[in-house]
Amino acid sequence: MKHQKRWALFFFLTPVILWLFLLIVLPHIDLLIMSFRIENDAGEMVWSLSNYAQFFEEPIYWRTFVRTAVYSILVTFLTFVIALPVALYITKVVAPRFQGFLTLLLLLPFWVSELVRVYGWMILLRESGVINHFLIKLGILNRPVEMLYNDATMILGLIYTSMLFMIVPLIAVLESLDNSLIEAAYDLGANMWTILFKIIIPHATPGIVSGSIVVFMLTLGNYLTPNLMGGKNSLWFTEQIYNQFIASFNWNQGSAFGFLLLVLSSIVVWLGLKLTRQTLRTVVK
Amino acid sequence: MIRSLPKSKTYSIGFKLYIVLYFVFLFAPLFITCVLAFNDSQFPSLPWKGFTVEWFTANQSERVGIFNDQINLDSIWVSAQVAFFVTLFSVVAGTCGAFLFEQEDFRLKQLLYFLMLSPLVIPGVILGISILLFSNTLGTYFEISWNLDVALFRPGFWLVVLGQFSFIATLVTLVVSARLKKFDYTLEEAALNLGANRFGVIWHITLKFLRPAIVGAGAVAFLMSFENFNTTLFLVGYEATLPINLYLQVRDGSTPVINAISFLLIIGTSTAACLHLYFSKKED
Repeated sequence: MKHQKRWALFFFLTPVILWLFLLIVLPHIDLLIMSFRIENDAGEMVWSLSNYAQFFEEPIYWRTFVRTAVYSILVTFLTFVIALPVALYITKVVAPRFQGFLTLLLLLPFWVSELVRVYGWMILLRESGVINHFLIKLGILNRPVEMLYNDATMILGLIYTSMLFMIVPLIAVLESLDNSLIEAAYDLGANMWTILFKIIIPHATPGIVSGSIVVFMLTLGNYLTPNLMGGKNSLWFTEQIYNQFIASFNWNQGSAFGFLLLVLSSIVVWLGLKLTRQTLRTVVK
Repeated sequence: MIRSLPKSKTYSIGFKLYIVLYFVFLFAPLFITCVLAFNDSQFPSLPWKGFTVEWFTANQSERVGIFNDQINLDSIWVSAQVAFFVTLFSVVAGTCGAFLFEQEDFRLKQLLYFLMLSPLVIPGVILGISILLFSNTLGTYFEISWNLDVALFRPGFWLVVLGQFSFIATLVTLVVSARLKKFDYTLEEAALNLGANRFGVIWHITLKFLRPAIVGAGAVAFLMSFENFNTTLFLVGYEATLPINLYLQVRDGSTPVINAISFLLIIGTSTAACLHLYFSKKED
């Protein structure tokens, strides 16, 4: 019996250890090491901090970094503001028999590849796009306007892409909110805003946090949407990483950038959890 | 505010309008993509020039439909193969992970559990570059030490599979663990008392119980792999997967063939999604 138990542990442990060490731990250690190495004038690899120094010296690098972080926070907040009424409507307002159907409808677009969704926005918004076509037909515009390739449409695209990851936890958490609490507050004379801020949002905090963490992370690490919908001036930090790796072939600089992005995303996730006194384990659920 | 409370008319109409607008926002890009797949025009834009299925079936010099477009068909085939192997590997590793974290006890279990969750907070781009770096380091090492040129360590099919596997396995582990938590352990005990060994119990009883979760997680894994872009971008060799291939075409100007592929993808994934939801509802 004891013998068998050991074998079972060994049997389950081996693939998991191989997976986590070969594909997660060692590659990230390698990333860290690479970020501290440079090629000196003699063509040898030596230890150095210059990849990181480069990041702080070149305004384009750290500005892109800060911009990416600020925009990711903005996108997370806007996604929450847009998603909350929808989640409330589905859990508390609509007749229960439509609930399942509406939830299904809500999830459907997100099964489709992100590329297809971004492409859909591109053919809607671009100069020869569908929206311009209708605006000219209706006489609102005289000639087409380029609506793509600026910060606003990029943010729109990012919100659209990450909407699902906010709305699902919100629906889950609001379903557990007892309606009688809202009714009691209403009977005692609370208005809509008081109910929202004193009852609904405090109750929904775990869902808001897990949704926000996922949305922030996905936005920060997004490459496709900023690349296809953003303009020349809306460079995303992942694009800097891509440029270092693929275009300049400077893997050491790229590693430093990658590591900085990883640190930023870890710090924000950690802060989000600390501020609301949750653990990663509860958020995953 | 909620169903049982009285509300003003403007409030409820306003709320409904918001929801309608939200759904328009949600479906407009997909709807227009599908519609323009059937427009008889060289560009995926309005005006409407008549209905056609040529962007699916044509095979002329200026118009090649998706069914005759060898490059796109090849990339669909590559994506399907990648997704097959990713699903296979992540289901095996994920199920092992679920058993490991739910049923076994060992030192440093918490640490390993934390590591298992970590791919959820690592951006896909970072996973891609770190696996690229590490495989390159290994490749260089093998070449210098033993003069071996290992194809696995160069960007290409298997590196894409490994890269996607590294985070999709986490998802499978979580889904299977959630089901394993509901397992009635008296069943296992009964079988053990009746003389079954541990692997017999797992094979005949526990895995049978887990089957719906494993199938569901496998389906989601397949879809996630099929559509992955961020991690794949850095690991892809000359065999482009469908998202990479589409990305290159969208970036350099587009033709309605992309709409035709998107249409097929939208139909395919919505059918899969509905089936998935239907079967998971039935389980509950």
